[in-house]
Amino acid sequence: MDYKKQLEIAADLFSVKNPTAHFWYQRVTAVALIPLSVWLIVLLNKALSESYAETLAWLVSPINAFAIIGWTIAVFYHAALGVQVVIEDYVSTISVRHLAIRATNLTFLFLGVAALAAMIFILFAR
Amino acid sequence: MVEFTLPKNSVVKKGKLFKAAEAASNVRNFEVYRWDPDSGENPRIDTYEIDMDQCGPMVLDAILKIKNEIDSSLTFRRSCREGVCGSCAMNINGKNTLACTKAISDYTGTVKIFPLPHMSVVKDLVADMSHFFDQYASIKPWLTNETDAPADSERLQSKDERAKLDGLYECVLCACCSTSCPSYWWNSDKYLGPAILLQAYRWLADSRDSNDEERLNELNESFKLYRCHTIMNCTDTCPKGLNPAKAIAEIKKMLVERDIL
Repeated sequence: MDYKKQLEIAADLFSVKNPTAHFWYQRVTAVALIPLSVWLIVLLNKALSESYAETLAWLVSPINAFAIIGWTIAVFYHAALGVQVVIEDYVSTISVRHLAIRATNLTFLFLGVAALAAMIFILFAR
Repeated sequence: MVEFTLPKNSVVKKGKLFKAAEAASNVRNFEVYRWDPDSGENPRIDTYEIDMDQCGPMVLDAILKIKNEIDSSLTFRRSCREGVCGSCAMNINGKNTLACTKAISDYTGTVKIFPLPHMSVVKDLVADMSHFFDQYASIKPWLTNETDAPADSERLQSKDERAKLDGLYECVLCACCSTSCPSYWWNSDKYLGPAILLQAYRWLADSRDSNDEERLNELNESFKLYRCHTIMNCTDTCPKGLNPAKAIAEIKKMLVERDIL
């Protein structure tokens, strides 16, 4: 099998399997982030201006906790989807493109899991 | 990677100045991109002083005057001179348009004329359109219907069905929109670009065509369609006043409705 054919197969393996879903979830997370970001602003304001106990008391209310967890999931998923599009736009060497996409996806996955773990730790270990 | 600088042999140099006759009182300057592949020289910008009292009102009139009376070596495409053929698409003062429908009086000062951006140049203002037309052929721009047409009449449409083609059928494939699109600049090898996607939607929107499923399957690809990031240069520049960005959004909507919702 020639080199070019192998590259095409590799490109196919890593290409977006469902581009319409990719497009749709990017929009859904973007819209979800508009209201959810209100909660983030409130949380940041409390964290910076009030005591730890007061901030925690606000955060443990179910609606606030769900909103902040929702924001965290939406923001990292949205970021991963968006950065992938930017990489696809500007990196034309297929091997570098797929490496960069995997690296950024892994980074956002790690950051998202770390943020959620931290939140669960704060909520349950108080 | 994306190239942000021109290769050495593409750097544009200062060219010749063609002065107007001394008696001319109403002179406008036209700076025109010139490149001759046979000369081995870099591209250059030649400046032509034109007596507007002796020139027609459109940019194409000025270019024809240069060709006919000042410098016959200037190369460009033109045909209908009324915005129907799309041949004289070029970049005038930073915006893609048709030279035949653009009035010189719309501009103040020097008029700068370049070939369509980010296309291979054949010579002077002539861009290589082969890939663009190959992409057009790839969307099967003809009516396909598995059922036979009625033996004694045409395939009929209601007024509403026909109205869906308004704003689509007028496209003259001049490529002004596609070559103004940064996504098309970076990824035109795979991205179909606004003009071709508008044409693709023209057949999706046609009630007489029964091939939507296959057409959508062909377009459902992250590079062919989803390189459109709603930059809107296409709609801004279209010399026919069409809205390719909306047509692309309609294709995305059809795909979301078919595959997600």
